[in-house]
Amino acid sequence: MPDLREYAGAGGYAGLRAALKMTPTEVQGMVKAANLRGRGGAGFPTGVKWGAVPLGPAARRPKYLVVNADEMEPGVMKDRLLMEGNPHQLIEGIIIAAHAIEAEHAFIFIRLAYREAAERLRRAIAEATAHGYLGENILGSGFSLDIRVHRSAGRYICGEETALLNALEGKRPIPRAKPPFPQTVGLWGQPTVVNNVETLCNVPHILRNGPEWFRGLSRSADGGTKLYGASGRVRRPGAWELPMGTPLREILEAHAGGMEEGYQLRGLLPGGASTDFLTPAHLDLPMDFASVMGAGSRLGTGTIVVLDDRTCPVSLLISLEQFFARESCGWCTPCREGLPWVVRLLRALEDGDGRQEDIARLEEHTRLLGPGRTFCALAPGAMEPLQSALHYFREDFTRHVTERGCPWRKELVV
Amino acid sequence: MLTEQERHEIDEEVAAVRGHARAAVVEALKVVQRRRGWVSDDDLRDVAACLGMTPAEVDAVATFYNKIFRRRVGRHVLLICDSVSCWIVGYHALLEHLRARWGLELGATTADDRFTLLPVACLGLCEQAPAMLLDGELYGNLTPARLDAILATHE
Ligand SMILES: Cc1cc2nc3c(=O)[nH]c(=O)nc-3n(C[C@H](O)[C@H](O)[C@H](O)COP(=O)(O)O)c2cc1C
Ligand code: SF4
Ligand code: FES
Repeated sequence: MPDLREYAGAGGYAGLRAALKMTPTEVQGMVKAANLRGRGGAGFPTGVKWGAVPLGPAARRPKYLVVNADEMEPGVMKDRLLMEGNPHQLIEGIIIAAHAIEAEHAFIFIRLAYREAAERLRRAIAEATAHGYLGENILGSGFSLDIRVHRSAGRYICGEETALLNALEGKRPIPRAKPPFPQTVGLWGQPTVVNNVETLCNVPHILRNGPEWFRGLSRSADGGTKLYGASGRVRRPGAWELPMGTPLREILEAHAGGMEEGYQLRGLLPGGASTDFLTPAHLDLPMDFASVMGAGSRLGTGTIVVLDDRTCPVSLLISLEQFFARESCGWCTPCREGLPWVVRLLRALEDGDGRQEDIARLEEHTRLLGPGRTFCALAPGAMEPLQSALHYFREDFTRHVTERGCPWRKELVV
Repeated sequence: MLTEQERHEIDEEVAAVRGHARAAVVEALKVVQRRRGWVSDDDLRDVAACLGMTPAEVDAVATFYNKIFRRRVGRHVLLICDSVSCWIVGYHALLEHLRARWGLELGATTADDRFTLLPVACLGLCEQAPAMLLDGELYGNLTPARLDAILATHE
């Protein structure tokens, strides 16, 4: 991991120096022109998000920048690699983003399991402060900022940005109603931006090299590169920074090394547990926001989970839905009651107690817990892998009924 | 009763969050848990008093997080990941091994108080699946043999 001297020697903090010579609005303009879209899962344009924060002497203060480093979505590890690998890159992105919205305090909200990343970030913050990149009057610009690392205590819903704000305030972390959005009423009621780790890691490079350069890195309409990952039965599980829009096949074959000996690709979740399954028919799909959306799924976090031909899709869904059921915050009834019911239906199929109408009941849940039916996006996210599995792996569900149990059972309980 | 040292550590957390005492609640609970392994009803009341919160408010937070323990746990807490990537590549085999070789059951503490085994959501170590968190330390690429070697060093 590079220390400050190595990072600065490789061009680090040049983006910050450039940004401090610009007005906040000019910095926002650069990020808008770069087509940087949020890497936290939803792909919201970053410059536009910043643009909703009130600026100038009339704006309420203090304002906050909050970094979302909760990363608890199953199958996702990209932010950990970014924070452990190069903490100064994130710190620089935070300072630039804070300048762009005129925030005076920043928080990094990091999950408890990432102890190593938290320690490296704390060391980098101390180094940056000692060299005048943080603290009062940064590099003589008149802009001041401090960064505090908040280590959480484990709960997926804290990654939802408004639940995260409640968590930081020391409240029970359930989501808040939107609107108002955090940009106007956020942490302690003050204007706040919540950004993902990877989003902010892109920012120094945009300021240093310009929006055209950044857009040129991409193979799609979205700007820049993306940290793609792969896990499951592939030869080399891992993560790679590649041009945005790199096709699935290239990621899985050239980088992940193809499937492990003796396993065939059956399907995949393109961007974590809350994205719809895709199939081998989609291998030539470019992994950018619009293309994956066009195929009926979402780019999400861009970290691929591979389903092989020796893993039962129904069993895999038990793991997925059990995760969502356990992590539901319990605030709204459809999610709190519906998700455990989904798990029971899946378990019944797996144990040979399932009936044909249970499959229809699962389908019904994908509608009843869908977008607009619940207080936040956790439950609709939980329905994405389920609805697509019911579509692509229908045959497997039916076999669990007709064969009175899981056809894969023997292999699972080795 | 909180120790002098614990009180001092909690006060430092409160000072660090500048005027928002309750924002230190998660850290305060961790201070207690670090020394005692879990948070008892008495500890909870003491933490509440330090932060100017009611015990019910503190408990609403403490019970929400899955790594704050409101029940007694063993000397070592083993959280085994049962999310997708680990589920695919070896969670079941590890669980079976923990049961057969070490007598560990999900949700239970061994009779000698040595280990508590709990399931946990994705640890963000999916490229090194299967993974676990043992006393706050991440371990990946687990096999039954590697598990044996690690657990043997945890008396
Ligand atoms: C249940 C749930 C969990 C989430 N978890 C995370 C997370 O761990 N990290 C993250 O960056 N965004 C997460 N998000 C998305 C955030 O709410 C938010 O959109 C994101 O942090 C915005 O950052 P970006 O604009 O830079 O992408 C989650 C959303 C939901 C509904
Ligand atoms: S959808 Fe689930 S996680 Fe979101 S507010 Fe409702 S109960 Fe909580
Ligand atoms: S799924 Fe086990 S560490 Fe991510």
